[in-house]
Formats: sequence, structure tokens, C-alpha cells
Amino acid sequence: MSTSPAETLAAVAEKDTWTGKIREKAVEALPPERLLPDRQPAYVASWSYVFGALSIGAFIVVLLSGAVLAVEGPAWWHKSNVGLFVNSLHMWSTEFFFMFMVVHLWAKFFMAAWRGRRKATWITGVIAFAVSIGAAFTGYLSQQNFDSEWIGTQAKDGINSTGAGAFWNVLNFGQMLMWHIVLLPLVVAMVIGLHVLLVRRRGVVPPFAPTEAQLAKAGLTLTTTAAPTVSPPLLQEPVEPLPTEQPVPQEPVAAPALQEPTAQASTPQEPPPGLPQELLWNLPEDQT
Amino acid sequence: MSVTRASDTPRAHRARRFRQDRDVVEWLGAYRRYDLAKEVLVCFLVVVLLTVVCAIVFSSPDEHPVTVKSWSNAAPVDFAQTAMTELDRTSGVATYGPPYTNTPGAGQMLGPISAERFFGVRIPIDTAQDFVLKPLATLPDRPALGAALAEYQGAPAAQRANWDAAYENVVANATFSNGQLVVKGGPYGPVGVLIGNLESMARSGALDGALLESPQLYATNYTNSLLFIADGTYLADQAGLRHLQGDQWGMMNETGNFPGQAWLWLYTLWYQIPPMNSSSNGDVEVWAIMMVLTLLLALVPFIPGLRSIPRWLGIYRLIWRVHYRSLGPDIISQMPPGRQSHRR
Repeated sequence: MSTSPAETLAAVAEKDTWTGKIREKAVEALPPERLLPDRQPAYVASWSYVFGALSIGAFIVVLLSGAVLAVEGPAWWHKSNVGLFVNSLHMWSTEFFFMFMVVHLWAKFFMAAWRGRRKATWITGVIAFAVSIGAAFTGYLSQQNFDSEWIGTQAKDGINSTGAGAFWNVLNFGQMLMWHIVLLPLVVAMVIGLHVLLVRRRGVVPPFAPTEAQLAKAGLTLTTTAAPTVSPPLLQEPVEPLPTEQPVPQEPVAAPALQEPTAQASTPQEPPPGLPQELLWNLPEDQT
Repeated sequence: MSVTRASDTPRAHRARRFRQDRDVVEWLGAYRRYDLAKEVLVCFLVVVLLTVVCAIVFSSPDEHPVTVKSWSNAAPVDFAQTAMTELDRTSGVATYGPPYTNTPGAGQMLGPISAERFFGVRIPIDTAQDFVLKPLATLPDRPALGAALAEYQGAPAAQRANWDAAYENVVANATFSNGQLVVKGGPYGPVGVLIGNLESMARSGALDGALLESPQLYATNYTNSLLFIADGTYLADQAGLRHLQGDQWGMMNETGNFPGQAWLWLYTLWYQIPPMNSSSNGDVEVWAIMMVLTLLLALVPFIPGLRSIPRWLGIYRLIWRVHYRSLGPDIISQMPPGRQSHRR
């Protein structure tokens, strides 16, 4: 029986050291094949899934163009054509970052992507969006032009009304620049990083159960029994959500599997012995 | 034969009902080939391409800011009138309240609470001293100005108030010609000399430097300059010409025809509608609304009803249409626990 890389790593961890324990926990939570997956559930088949990666791509361009602006200093782009071009890259990548992030957010809302222990993924996504607004706002304040002047003098009233203006002075260029190029990018990067790790940890949310119309289309009728409860004994059984613990097809499943799931992967599992019958979900005879 | 479907709470300590909008039927179906690294790299390159094209075609806006020098040269009367309100402490900043001034009753309220007053005056500004008298005192070799400053600062408060009121009356009808502010005569004592010198100081550009807070050579804090400029009408007029006023969807707009901070549309929206568009507490009301909405957005997964909206909307059917089409007889495998389905 072969061991997975995760098991190998976990096995060699020196369990009496902090480092070993951290490594063991990290590998347990995010084994390499889950952190960097090379397969996805077949239902992940829509352009709407691309906007998360596009948001990250745009964020990287924002960081890189901002880094180039930082190399030459905040006044460079006002007097250099190359600087103006880099500033334009910074501005447009920010626009795309927000555009992709908003589409991603709405797509995840429409999927109710918080279902199934994914609430923290949703919340970190919302926090990433909110902090990004702050990061972009301080960027607009740091432009040193008419726009930043007007935005600052107008925004001060809103910020002051919350009490935050006592510590966070939008008219203080030095303070806003530091927040824009150091503090807020760090926070955004950390929250996005946590968000991505949670996505990898919990996987992509499965679709809603089929509707009655879809059942009817498939030639099935639906009767709802007394609503069952989801209880610990049921949940302790080896039906796990993530790929590494699922029955894995022997060969990589190619794209056609979208239309025709492999027999092995879609074969229902035997119920674990000893489970209360009322918690089991019965399949029709001809499906077994 | 039966099959078990797990839900989402392996660590749940008590049984609970399966909820479509909270729990999931975990996937037991097929997997497909996927390349995460390739997807991220391709997305990055797509964004690079898009931004380079937009940067070349559209560039980015960079209009010069309004300085005290440009303001006093473009609108000298507005500058003089504003300077007078700073000297007699009746300007917007002078009566602002926290965090700038101790002004009784100032500070926006949300019901009985004023967060604005909570931390007190953390950025103290005395407009008469910081915007007018101290900058004037830095001007060298002006005996008449020195005498006027000494007379004004040595006079009793009541006398200063009378001079200020008298000059307020005449400066309201001031004109500007031949590089000089022209006002009618009146019992305003040394105030005319003070404002006249401040005007010339501003027009030369010297006042921009004198308003900087830092005594160091390197300055990064422009709070005083910006507050002084914003007290006048010139900056607001310029913003209005660029469609940047609060009632023109203000901050989400950008100079020129650039997209600006479109993501602030909802925040800006509240400023357009009553009662916020005319309320003296409009800012804190808008912020309260936005904080509540942001909190609701973050907590959608926990709020019954709100978390059901995606299922009611049904847009997920479009997103997962390939999946639903592909289910066929395996549609059963996607059913939640507690339901039984039978073939007709």
C-alpha cells in the first residue's frame, strides 16, 4: 500500500517540536494535492469560476505596478511619461481587480457558496472586498492631484463622523501613503491568502439539490419524508467532501466526464453498518 | 439498498435539520482534469494584456491640484473673504468641532450618540492663529505688517471682534484690481492690513509653505492647507465643473472621463436621497447604513431568509446548467438526505 506525500510528511514530523506540530497540522489541513489540485468536481464547469483567479491575477498586477511606482517615488509619475504609463497600469489593474472581484462575489452569492462549512470562506471574501475598498481609497488620496485633494476634503466629513478621523486623517498625505503602500496591501494580501487557503481546504461548494422540475425532467417524482436531522453518527462515516478522501478514478477523468460521469465515481456507496435507518436516504431499487 | 449522504458539520455536537441554504450534499460524482497553476497564470496574463491596452489607449488622469497660490490668483476675492472667516473664527473649519476644534454642539449625531465627539480634539486647529496670524508673522521686513499684528494681537477680544465684524461687512463687496484687494474704508483697525498682506503672501506662493504643519524641511502633512482651501468656494466650484460634487455622485467619479471608484456607488447613492441629502447628520447616517449593510453581507450565511435568496433567484441553475444537464439518472445522487425519489 502506497503512502501519500501528506502521510509521508506527517510521519517524519518531529512531534515534540512546535515546528513539527505546526507542520503536521498544516499538512493534515491542507495536503499538497488539496492545496494545488489537478482535478475538480465535474460540476465546476462555468466561466463564473474564473473570476476568482482573475481577481488574484489583477491583484498581482496592482502589486507589481505599485511596486514600480514605489521604486521611483510618489512624484515620479507626475513628470515622466513612463511614470504616467505605470500609473495607468496601476489604475486600470485596480479597476479590473474590483470588476472581477464584484463578479466573483455575486457569482458566489448566487451559488450560496457559504453552504457546507464554508461560512469562513464567504466572510473572508467579504472582508477582502471591504479592505480592498480602503486600500484603493487611500490610493486615490495619495495621487497628489486635484482628484485626491477633492476626495480628501470631502471624505474627511464621513470619516470624522465615525470618530475614526481622530486617528486616521485623510488630509495627511504621509499617513495615507503609508497606509496605501504598506499596511493595507499587507492586510489585503493576508486576507486574500486566508480566503484562498479556505477555498482549498473546503473545496468548491456543490450545487443545490435538483429541483422538482429537474427531477420530473429526469422521469422522477419526489416525496419528502419526515425531515431528518444531520447527526454526529451519520457525519462520522467515511463520506468526506474532499477529493483525497473520495473514491478516486484510476485514470484522470477527461472533460467528457462532465456529460457522462464515470461509473466508478458515481456509484453510490454502501451504507455504514449500524446507522439508524431513518437517517439513511433510500435509493430506488433500480438504482442499486 | 440505501446510501448515506453527509452534511457539513462533522464536529456538530447536536443533531440538526438539513437546510438547503446552509448544508450541502457532498459530491460523490465524477472529477475532471484541472490545472490550478495554469489557470492563475493565464488569468494573470489576461489582466496584464487588458491593463496594458487600457493604459496605452486611455492613460490615466492627473489634473493639477488647487494650491493656495492658484486659488488666490484665480479667485482673490473668494480668498480674502475666506481668510476673514478664518481670522474671526466663523469659517467651516473654525466651527467644525472634533477632531479640529472645541465647538459646543458641533459633531454629527446618530440618535443620541456622537462618535465624532467621543475622542475629542485630536488635530487641534485655531484658524486665526494657524491660517492667518502665524503665517503673517513669518514675513520679514514689513514694519507696517508687524505693527498691525502687534496692534491686533494686543487688543482686547471685544475690540478684535468689532474690527472683524467691520471688515466682514466691507470684504463681502470687495473687488480686485491692479494686483490689489479693493475694499471700502471702515472701522476695521489693522484687519485690512492683515488680510491685504495675507492676500499678497498667498498670491506669491509663500502661504502654501507657511501652512505646512511640520517644522521640518520635509513635509508630508497638508491638513491645514487643504482645510483652508476647502473653506473657500473656489475648490467646490472647480469640482462642480468636473461633476465631482456630492450631489453629482461625488467621490465615485473621477476627473475627466475615467471610471473612478465605481465600487463606491452604493455609498454615494445614499447621499443622493432624503433624508441623508439634506440632513446635518448625513455623513454618519450614510456610514451607519453602509456598516449595517456590510455586516449583513458578511453574515448572510447565518441569516435565515437572506441566505435563501440565491435559491429563490435560481441563477445557480444557469451557473450549474452543465452539471444539471449531465445528471440524468444520477440526479438521485444529488438529493439531500430525507427525500425519497422513485421512478414513475
